[in-house]
Amino acid sequence: MVRNHLAALRMLLIFTVLLGLAYPLLVTGVAQAAFPHQANGSLVKHDGKTVGSSLIGQNFDLPKKNPNDPNEAPRPDPRYFQPRPSAGGYDPLASGASNLGPNDPGLVKTIKERKAAVAAFDGVNPRDVPADAVTASGSGLDPDISTAYAAEQVNRVAHVRHLSTQEVRKLVADNTHSRSLGFMGEPYVNVVQLNLDLDTQH
Amino acid sequence: MNDTLAGWLQIIALLGVLALSYRPLGDYMARVLTSPRHLRVERVLYRLGGVDGDADQRWPVYLRSLLAFSLLSVLFLYGLQRLQNHLLLAIGMKAVSPGVAFNTAASFVTNTNWQSYSGESTMGHLVQMAGLAVQNFVSAAVGIAVVAALIRGFTRRHTDRVGNFWVDLTRIVLRVLLPIAFIFAIVLVAGGAVQNFHGVQSISTILGDHQSLTGGPVASQEAIKELGTNGGGFYNANSAHPFENPNAFTNFVEIYLLLVIAVSLPRTFGTMVGDRRQGYAIIAVMGLIWAASVAVITVNELHSVHSAAGHAAGGMLEGKEQRFGVWSSALFATSTTLTSTGAVNSFHDSFSPLGGGMTIFNMMLGEIAPGGTGSGLYGILILAVIAVFVAGLMVGRTPEYLGKKLGGREMKFASLYILTTPAVVLVGAGLAMALPGERAGMLNSGPHGFSEVLYAFTSAANNNGSAFAGLSVNTNWYNTALGLAMLIGRFLPMVFVLALAGSLARQQPVPATAGTLPTHRPQFVGLLTAVIVIVVGLTYFPALALGPLAEGLH
Repeated sequence: MVRNHLAALRMLLIFTVLLGLAYPLLVTGVAQAAFPHQANGSLVKHDGKTVGSSLIGQNFDLPKKNPNDPNEAPRPDPRYFQPRPSAGGYDPLASGASNLGPNDPGLVKTIKERKAAVAAFDGVNPRDVPADAVTASGSGLDPDISTAYAAEQVNRVAHVRHLSTQEVRKLVADNTHSRSLGFMGEPYVNVVQLNLDLDTQH
Repeated sequence: MNDTLAGWLQIIALLGVLALSYRPLGDYMARVLTSPRHLRVERVLYRLGGVDGDADQRWPVYLRSLLAFSLLSVLFLYGLQRLQNHLLLAIGMKAVSPGVAFNTAASFVTNTNWQSYSGESTMGHLVQMAGLAVQNFVSAAVGIAVVAALIRGFTRRHTDRVGNFWVDLTRIVLRVLLPIAFIFAIVLVAGGAVQNFHGVQSISTILGDHQSLTGGPVASQEAIKELGTNGGGFYNANSAHPFENPNAFTNFVEIYLLLVIAVSLPRTFGTMVGDRRQGYAIIAVMGLIWAASVAVITVNELHSVHSAAGHAAGGMLEGKEQRFGVWSSALFATSTTLTSTGAVNSFHDSFSPLGGGMTIFNMMLGEIAPGGTGSGLYGILILAVIAVFVAGLMVGRTPEYLGKKLGGREMKFASLYILTTPAVVLVGAGLAMALPGERAGMLNSGPHGFSEVLYAFTSAANNNGSAFAGLSVNTNWYNTALGLAMLIGRFLPMVFVLALAGSLARQQPVPATAGTLPTHRPQFVGLLTAVIVIVVGLTYFPALALGPLAEGLH
């Protein structure tokens, strides 16, 4: 019995060294040599300074009126394309979803309020607001929006920034990703990269 | 291309790559599990470990080795978490609390990977790599080892030996899991998954907000997390997190990985028993159930069936990522709950009532379509034994499967196997609902709240690990109760499987006669599917009626 457990312990330690240290180190070595940009988090820079990851969404809100008030509702900044709602406020240390059920009265109410707010903000009919604009993502860090939600925001952004809608539409097109290999997943627009391009180019 | 066509193409492509893997991987695993030759590196490992690689074990010895290894794994993982603040690469994380540490140790050793903690704020890099990821490999290998022993029970005659646990474990890890995981870890990095040893990186965003990005050895863990049907995410958001699953291509790769071993094992089974048609019959049953489940979840999600939130929003995107959308989320949800993976790329709590209910039902089936690595195949073989027995009762003949008689002893083990998990699920969920403090852990009210509790115990006892994540499970009661559910739901059935293997191996095979039920024909595929659905339906219907059915049909 003791011998059996001793053997088990030794096998476990061997596997720990092999699978728990050698394997991840080897993968890291290869990854860092072959794909350093991806392996380090697809970081994006502005004026040489890292301002985020293109894979991790960010808030694009106006500065708070009172920075010490934790209850102040965030107000979206009209100069930027707005991301989806997030259950964790785009805090990467609190990734996750709302987990509210499909018939949760609070969620239904929130969605209706968001729809009205987004429609007013972008000056469109509430019926035309796409679903991704009013639902929180799974990760709470979704950096992407649908092409419909991006198109909806073009006029507002162009107007506030005194740009032509063609210029803004072109940037949206540049940051639009079609389905992987043509048929996997959904098309999407990366909001972090798009807003960064807006700031860089205009 | 429109959504529907793209969605169908993705399903067809997935079936295509799985079909292409079925023969080569299945036959390869059969060779790994039957070859008399050790690799040189394996001999070195056996010497270092102090085990005899040439011994052939009786089933109790095989079981004792397995249990000893798993017990020490639980203790080691518990200790590693409790002491992480004194070790390297803790990246500032504190020692994990006893309740969470026990729950997590039980969870990863049982191939469940239920997580009552949030990865990015609890576990340092060393625990993730040297603790959790190691169990991702070995717990998967243990499942395959057990099914290897069961298959030997069918193929061997007049012996009390069912193989060598240490050899099975080592070979599966070294020859199967490690090379595949390595290749796909690199593929995932190429797709955008992170792989580094950064701590928490503080950055100032485009508008000057503060954001903390946690790096880590993510891709290496992601690959084995899917391949070994484990499912424990590096981050709280699991495979919805863009660092774990950056785009629809990596998503496709992850779905493929979490299915491929379980899908190929019926081939291994067919090859080892010398009749590949037996493998085709089993994979056909798995495929039928999987396809039906994909259809139910996809349709319910696409049409927001009985979902007020979905109708208000104009689509079921609450808890889903834009880059995946409904089709890729439904495909992932089906595959992760029909295997014992439990990774999620979208949050099931916010699924439509019947879509979310289907994910619960998937797990209740015992995760056999195609199931966890190894555990899926032994689960469905037990049900095949039951199906043969039922058929035998109908025509009044002694039932036999693959030439082995299914007598009272064999049927006792099979029955105990199928009773264990439901007992744990129903007693556990019942207790949680009876205790006011635990009932209060529900995030949602009414039937949906009950579904959260039912989901938790179904997931734990079936070693899935996914959650209706609204339930507050990080309490001492849930950590302990679910930890025990995982341990009982994993190891007690293994005892019955190995006992059955020992009992079968001792028999002399009986020749097939005109009265023998053929177990490779469509007739048997239909019979087995019906037995699975009826057994599970009768067991769980009352509980399902109180939760997802009440919500979805009112």
